This record gives sequence, C-alpha cells and structure tokens, in this order.
Amino acid sequence: MSLSPERANAALHEPGTTHAHGSRKGYATGSILSVVLTAIPFWLVMSGAVQDAQTTAFLIFGLALVQIVVHVVFFLHLNTRSEGGWTLLAFLFTAVIVFLTIGGSIWVMYHLNANMMPMPGNGVGNMSGMN
Amino acid sequence: MTEHALDGAAVRRTWHLAEEDQDHSTDGATLLGFWIYLMSDALIFASLFAMFGVVGASYAGGPTPREIFDLPLVALNTAFLLASSITFGAAMPHMEAGRVGATRFWLVITGLVGAAFVGIELYEFSHLIAEGATPQRSAFLSAFFTLVGTHGAHVTVGLIWIATLLVQLGRHGLTPAMKRRLMCLSMFWHFLDIIWIGVFTFVYLFGVIR
Repeated sequence: MSLSPERANAALHEPGTTHAHGSRKGYATGSILSVVLTAIPFWLVMSGAVQDAQTTAFLIFGLALVQIVVHVVFFLHLNTRSEGGWTLLAFLFTAVIVFLTIGGSIWVMYHLNANMMPMPGNGVGNMSGMN
Repeated sequence: MTEHALDGAAVRRTWHLAEEDQDHSTDGATLLGFWIYLMSDALIFASLFAMFGVVGASYAGGPTPREIFDLPLVALNTAFLLASSITFGAAMPHMEAGRVGATRFWLVITGLVGAAFVGIELYEFSHLIAEGATPQRSAFLSAFFTLVGTHGAHVTVGLIWIATLLVQLGRHGLTPAMKRRLMCLSMFWHFLDIIWIGVFTFVYLFGVIR
C-alpha cells in the first residue's frame, strides 16, 4: 500500500527526466538545425529555385514537419522517459487529432467544393480559387 | 488492539512520506499538467489552421497573398521569434546552476526580441488594413487575421509572463517554485515558436506559391 505512491513518484522523477533539463549541447544542435531548416524554405520560395510550385510546396511542408520534430525533441525535450511516458503519449494523441482536423477539413471541403454545381451569382463561385 | 495500533501507525507513516515528497511531486504534476494544456492549445491552433486551409484561397475578388505578403518582413519576423527561442534556451542552464543575474539577463533579451516580433506583426497588420486588406474583405483575410492574430496574442501573453517572472526573480531568487514557473514559461515559449513554423510555412510561403 505504501509502496505504490513511491513507485509512482519514482516513475515521474527519475533524474534528468523533466522537461527543461536539456543539455547545452542539445540546445546548440537544435538551434543550428532550426536556423538551417527555417532558412531553406524561405530561400526556396523567395529565390524561386524550384520552378514547379507543387514540388516547392512538398519541400517546404516536409521541411516544416522536420523542424517541428527538431523543436519538440531539442527544445521541449520530449522523449520516451519524461513523466513516465505520459508527455509522449499526450503528444502523439494530439498529433493524430491535429492531422485529422486539418487534413480531414481540407480534404472534405475540397471535394465538397469540387463537386458543387457552378452557380453564377452566388458565394460558391468565390471558392473556386481552391482548385 | 495491537493490530489496530500498528495499522494506525502504518497509515500515519504513509501520509507522512507522501507529504514529505509533496513539494517535489507537485512539480512533476505541474509540468505534466502544463504539457496537457499546451496540447489542448495545439488543438485550438489546429482548428484555426484547418479553417485557413479551407478558405485560404477564397479571395472574394480581393487581394491575394502574393499581392499583400512581404516575405522579407516575414523572414525577419521569423528570425526574431527563432532567436528568442534560442536565447530562452540560453537562460535555462543558468537557471539550473542557480545564477539569478544571468537568468534574468537572458530573459530580458528574450523579452526584447519577442517584443520586436509583436511590434513587426502589428506594423504588418496596420499596413494591411491601411491597404484595404481588412479582416472583413474576404474569407481568406478573416482566416489570416484570426490565425496569425491568435498566435500574436499568445506571444503577447508570453511577454507579460516574462515581465512578471523578471520581477518575481528579483524578489524571490531562484526558489524551487520559481524554477518550476520558468520551466513552464520555457515550454510555452518554445511551443509558440513551433506554432509559428506552421504559420510561416502554411500561411505565408504556401500562400505565395499556391
């Protein structure tokens, strides 16, 4: 009976497992990576280095996803051990919901818009820019 | 009788141990709870991003992103927010080592760079509104001002929080409670930088090339 709270505390408080206990080296690595990962998409769009807009879009979204992971790992210090794994679980759950919310909304609304009869003179026509 | 007394002692001892550890255990609970808050805040931003994704090209005959977005200004703004994340990172080792002065110094730098970010964003907004690109102009602009404005409001709250902790650090020094507050603020600040990655990619860069 008296063991269980202690065990729970031990799981929550293994040394060096709270969020802000990042090493200086981890911050340096994260900082360099995030500067590079920010500079590349701005350069891609501002210089027009890749002619095809769709390829550029794939590249900048890919780089954004990589940078989000870099920030979460090096700045927020998310790992499998912090708070006994609960922060990672909450993060993954949130990531799934975020993906479903954004992806699902855009997917459904795009098809709704694409399958709508074109009707001149009403608001629907204003959304045609989505295609 | 004896058994009863022993039980009582055991119970008392359990409570005593739990209380002895209380200061430490509320720390972990606070950080985990704050993490859960950040995740729910991420869901707010997810719904705003979804809204922007749906109506982001509904210009209603009004201005398009290519016409109104000033990418060099956005790049400068992005650099400011990223720099403030890095300077906050510089404050944390000083906090763990218990150096109040250095912690406050880096917090002040972070606050100033963060204030520059909010200032540039307000300049951008006023410039857009002066050009006629108001939130009422089109669904795209409504979604733009809602999403970017919500992020800017979060950063402003973060600035108030930084100022509060600077005053408290002067009064209390680096007590365990202050360290806990700084860790929460650190998570909040880095979280806002992560949201900004989505904003500059999805709203500004993708808006210009779509």
